[in-house]
Amino acid sequence: MEAAHEHGHDHHPSGIMRWVTTTNHKDIGTLYLWFSFFMFLFAGSLAMMIRAELFQPGLQLFQPQVFNQLTTMHGLIMVFGAIMPAFVGFANWQVPLMIGAPDMAFPRMNNWSFWLLPVAGILLLSSFFMPGGAVAGGWTMYPPLFIQGGISYDMTILAVHILGISSIMGSINIITTILNMRAPGMTMMKMPLFVWTWFITAYLLIAVMPVLAGAVTMLLTDRHFDTHFFSAAGGGDPVMFQHVFWFFGHPEVYIMILPAFGIISQIIPTFARKPLFGYASMVYATASIAILSFVVWAHHMYSVGLPTPAQLFFMYSTMLISVPTGVKVFNWIATMWRGSMTFETPMLFAIGFVCLFTLGGFSGLVLAITPVDIQLQDTYYVVAHFHYVLVSGSLFSIFAGVYYWLPKWTGHMYDETLGKWHFWLSVIGFNITFFPQHFLGLAGMPRRIPDYALQFANFNMISSIGGFMFGATQLLFLYIVIKCIRGGVKAADKPWEGADSLEWTVPSPAPYHTFETAPVVK
Amino acid sequence: MMAKLIRNTGGGAALFLYSMLARAEYAINLQQPESPIAYQIFHLHTLILWVCVGIFVVVFGAMFYSIFKHRKSVGHKAAHFHENTTVEIIWTIVPFFILMGMAFPATQTVLAMRDTSVPDMTVKVTGYQWKWEYDYQKEGIKFISSLATPKDQIDNKAEKGEHYLLEVDNPMVVPTGKKIRVLLAANDVIHAWWVPAFGVKQDAIPGFIKDTWFKVDKPGTYRGQCAELCGKDHGFMPIVVEAKEPAEYAKWVADQQAKVAAAAQNADKVFTLAELKAMGEKVYATNCVACHQANGAGIPNVFKALDGSATVKGPKQGHAEVVLNGRTGTAMQAFGKQLSDTDIAAVVTYERNSWSNNTGDAIQPSEVKALRK
Repeated sequence: MEAAHEHGHDHHPSGIMRWVTTTNHKDIGTLYLWFSFFMFLFAGSLAMMIRAELFQPGLQLFQPQVFNQLTTMHGLIMVFGAIMPAFVGFANWQVPLMIGAPDMAFPRMNNWSFWLLPVAGILLLSSFFMPGGAVAGGWTMYPPLFIQGGISYDMTILAVHILGISSIMGSINIITTILNMRAPGMTMMKMPLFVWTWFITAYLLIAVMPVLAGAVTMLLTDRHFDTHFFSAAGGGDPVMFQHVFWFFGHPEVYIMILPAFGIISQIIPTFARKPLFGYASMVYATASIAILSFVVWAHHMYSVGLPTPAQLFFMYSTMLISVPTGVKVFNWIATMWRGSMTFETPMLFAIGFVCLFTLGGFSGLVLAITPVDIQLQDTYYVVAHFHYVLVSGSLFSIFAGVYYWLPKWTGHMYDETLGKWHFWLSVIGFNITFFPQHFLGLAGMPRRIPDYALQFANFNMISSIGGFMFGATQLLFLYIVIKCIRGGVKAADKPWEGADSLEWTVPSPAPYHTFETAPVVK
Repeated sequence: MMAKLIRNTGGGAALFLYSMLARAEYAINLQQPESPIAYQIFHLHTLILWVCVGIFVVVFGAMFYSIFKHRKSVGHKAAHFHENTTVEIIWTIVPFFILMGMAFPATQTVLAMRDTSVPDMTVKVTGYQWKWEYDYQKEGIKFISSLATPKDQIDNKAEKGEHYLLEVDNPMVVPTGKKIRVLLAANDVIHAWWVPAFGVKQDAIPGFIKDTWFKVDKPGTYRGQCAELCGKDHGFMPIVVEAKEPAEYAKWVADQQAKVAAAAQNADKVFTLAELKAMGEKVYATNCVACHQANGAGIPNVFKALDGSATVKGPKQGHAEVVLNGRTGTAMQAFGKQLSDTDIAAVVTYERNSWSNNTGDAIQPSEVKALRK
């Protein structure tokens, strides 16, 4: 490989056209990651506006309609624009490197699946400037409310279609790459866990994105062609939308967490200097979670008045998910047990992930209990719960992964001191923001309200202060990444003592073309 | 120096946090339960919370022990084990049994909360954007309940009252000690009727009737809010239930029935323009102001302006028909079912003679009655 490098095989197109026309998995991974980061900052600034309005009771900054636009777009963009593309960026960068493949299976399709994203992003962002403003019906798009809006609602539906097409193309690419392009000797049960989790995630995506496409298409025809899928007056049912949406939406939350499990399962063994405990049961647990995710959708809908047997079935199946998830947590802890641990930034974020994601799991268990869920549904308790799994779960794992692989991507070590600052400020800011929201929900504050009764004032103020702290901290992350790209201590091929997957056998930064000759895995 | 700084700021922060907890308004648990189901929910939540705390202590105890003892910086050498079938089977099966222990009481509560049979009385509750209608069909009482908090408080122009955003003009009134079945319906979008103290939250879905029940023993005022995003004023749609002793409740029913009888007489009465305008201003403030604004300007591109509107300045029958039947495909809902002929006559007259609209004509309740299909 070094030889190939020296003979100048590493040249590639430069300038803007390099990025527009690229078919290289590393370039495309970089594009995905930057796109998702800008979307993250944008959706994050919407969250800052939400927290600013909720800083104290009364309407200060935004009228209710605008507030609803902020919450709706914050949710939509974080899910579809920030978290999902970030994981696809990791898959593009790491899957070929970790299985010893030279590139993705369909490089040209890979280019397309990225470049659809900015189109959808522009549709979403520009909808703020349409008559009547952006969508304000919640990211879950429940009809009949979602039928009531203007053109921005149609733009959002179109954007969701485009994002779905992009996800499906990306998933086909990932599955084909993993099945066909593994290095000789790398059996399925020898694949790094990150590859496994993405393999399963890609199947989830292919299974549910068409369901979402169907749901929003029905919304579109209800809006314009009088189809009455979701209107009782024409023989339809608004609750049917919720069934279809959550049949997509529940697996979707696992789409946003399974790759995170994979990243954490790479990082903890590295810094514990010990192999992952229970590799096989990790694979089986991931698969069980994925399968169970298809039979629990209605736990988002206990308050619509489902038949009693349905409520009981969805309660039991939801509780069951905590078993394989628990197995994963136990395995991570057993991996740390009697290890030789060091605490570089990726490991800090990984431990932060395990602690806080588990807290999110506990509140998930509380919500699984139907009668308790009836009390907490659509309150801030739910907001706290899903931010514990999506911020300290998905987002922290993304940070952990970025710090872990930055030396491989850039060839430089990041600034460890600043990285630790980023971790501690994030973890403290995050908890100040979201922990009090459990109390708000228990005490009875509904979610998605622009103004609240006086007994909720103190916790909201604390939550807003934490939110500003967490938000501002992410600018530090931007600075750390840029600093690392521009220079720093030269990274060794294998900068982490305990790392053992294939990406650490190529030079840092990873050359433009890697594994022209497949490595042999013993 | 550094240690002193940490001690001082840490101590200060701890004191600050502790003193905050001492203040009464920091509610950190579910509201005081006041119905049998809410009671069960409260105890179910406490049970699960303690199970979670137990698991938390065991699991994180092990993890933090490992983090502090098994670190490279203290010279700990890594072991090489990476599987153990016995432990893996144990930690799959034990959680399973813990779950069964939780599922049992939860199932009992689900069955109890879903049992709406044999109620002592039934009230139909309908969600509108953004108010609730309470219909005591057997008693022949029907009224609309909307937010009573003045706009000035919401806009920070006046000091906020004790029950800011949790107060209504006409609360639902129920007798204590009776099983009350609530039928839920919606007129436009999905709403959810939620009173935390009763352990009741039920979505109101347009085109369908859903039901739930509660029983309250202690007389008093119970407050809740709409819990399903239902558009612009979702945050301003409180629910207030007053529980009265049966004798007092009977008196309330008699009062309400007398009011209904008086209103029926009004329907044939002829009012002056000034009378209608004065009544209409109140109806407008409750029902129309959320969308069309106090100055009749509406919200550009979202809700139409009434000031200078062609419909308002056109024939009065056309104007009244829009109020009665709504406009399909827009957020303008049909008020025919919510408002009496007198109310509609009043609000139409008010709109036709306010702001820059000076049509100078009045419409009478009898004319509205004639327009109803």
